[in-house]
Amino acid sequence: MRYAGLLVMPAGFFLAIAALILFPAPAPRAAFVLSGLAVEGLGLAVAVRGHMPARGEERP
Amino acid sequence: MTPTLPLAPVSPGLMPDSIIALMVALLMVAPLAIAGVALINTGLGRSRSAAQALLGNLAIVAVTAIVFALVGAALAGTLPGTPGSAGHVFHLAGKPWNWVGSGPFLLGGFGAAPPQAELALLFEFLSVAFAALLPWGSGADRWRLTAGLAAAVVMAAIVFPLVAHWTWGGGWLAQLGVNFSLGAGFQDPGGAATVQVLGGLSALAVVWITGSRRGKFPKEGLSTAMPGHNAAYVLFGCLLALVGWLAWNVAGAVLWLHAPLDALPETILNTWLSASGAIVATFTVTRIRFGKPDASLCANGWLGGLVASSACAALVTPGQALFVGLVAGIFTPLLVEVLELALSIDDPSGAIAVHAAAGLWGLFASGMFAPQPGQFVAQLVGIATLLGLALPLIYLLFWLLNRIVPFRVDPDGERIGMDLHELGGGAYPEFVIHRDESYR
Repeated sequence: MRYAGLLVMPAGFFLAIAALILFPAPAPRAAFVLSGLAVEGLGLAVAVRGHMPARGEERP
Repeated sequence: MTPTLPLAPVSPGLMPDSIIALMVALLMVAPLAIAGVALINTGLGRSRSAAQALLGNLAIVAVTAIVFALVGAALAGTLPGTPGSAGHVFHLAGKPWNWVGSGPFLLGGFGAAPPQAELALLFEFLSVAFAALLPWGSGADRWRLTAGLAAAVVMAAIVFPLVAHWTWGGGWLAQLGVNFSLGAGFQDPGGAATVQVLGGLSALAVVWITGSRRGKFPKEGLSTAMPGHNAAYVLFGCLLALVGWLAWNVAGAVLWLHAPLDALPETILNTWLSASGAIVATFTVTRIRFGKPDASLCANGWLGGLVASSACAALVTPGQALFVGLVAGIFTPLLVEVLELALSIDDPSGAIAVHAAAGLWGLFASGMFAPQPGQFVAQLVGIATLLGLALPLIYLLFWLLNRIVPFRVDPDGERIGMDLHELGGGAYPEFVIHRDESYR
């Protein structure tokens, strides 16, 4: 799961880049860039969760 | 007066002698920010690892300088390369995307470069050292010195030069204004993105890869408190950092925004106000939460305010700078707590909250307060690049590096302390290091 989250994050980045190319108008461009950031946030949340030790797991 | 941003780079030949003299003075004071953070990192670690921590900081500064001189500066593209070429460019959707610099390796042509390029390179030397030593504090007490230096090599050779080129070297982020009408392009005058966020995200990658300190998160109950061993180091480090940061932000404003001399006092004032607002906010938050102000969290808040000011001190009004600092000072201690207690992230120096989160907030705020249309989106694209591209890249590189040079010290080394294990002697040899109950 930790790697899945880290793979989702570049997808959010490419979404933000796509917004620059696809939407010349400011409002949809900003909305799409924000969507990209939201995807990155989702990926970060998954990565953080994936790196958390499981409950009851032997910890270092 | 907030400086008006130029939409196109100013010719390097236009820097007058008085500005060059000022810049040289600033670049000699700016390393105090590094010294301050090194002292803070050492103080927030344990006494059994203090010498290794401080030696690590010194070694990282040295190694990054050498590696950046040999390789990184070429990729950052600060020095002029072949005539007419400022970097490697590909074209997509009819726009040029300048993704990596094409300067000379081994600092070729440094002596013949225009003064502005030389000063920019010196600024980057400081910046790469700063960025690379931030994760060192987060890996305290379990990150091997050799592995820390190897990570610094990766930072100085690959990660930092790429981001520095994108933001400072005329790369695609800097050109967002020209290519996509997004204000003046991504703005990062004091290194909030290139230094602070990059270093903070590296710290996150290091903490994920090395894991937590032994006994930090027991199988049952809350996490074990492992307070820093010297609050005096930490708080004095904050004062040192302020001096360095003032010089750093002013130097960045001159180099990357071409701010006029009469705009520089406001940059100094904004830096100071941001840090002041942040520590007052943190003092209040910790006073409310714990009944008494917490020294190490107040230090984190102070640094958070300085970090946020790196993004916006040269771009906002004093009132806005104070607001930015207040917000940074409120969320920094709360985030430190959430990271440790809710997310099981063991970050002794608090670099993730202080440098990554506060840096991102500063970049966001500088876009929020910018008068130019499109500047806010440019800042968002910069933030998206750091989170969506830089963090996975850093994690991948560190993950691979960990296969070659294991990051984590063996359990015995962690038990006796990094000083004895790695250096053969402690920072405080006359002190009796008492037994740590967490190892029972």
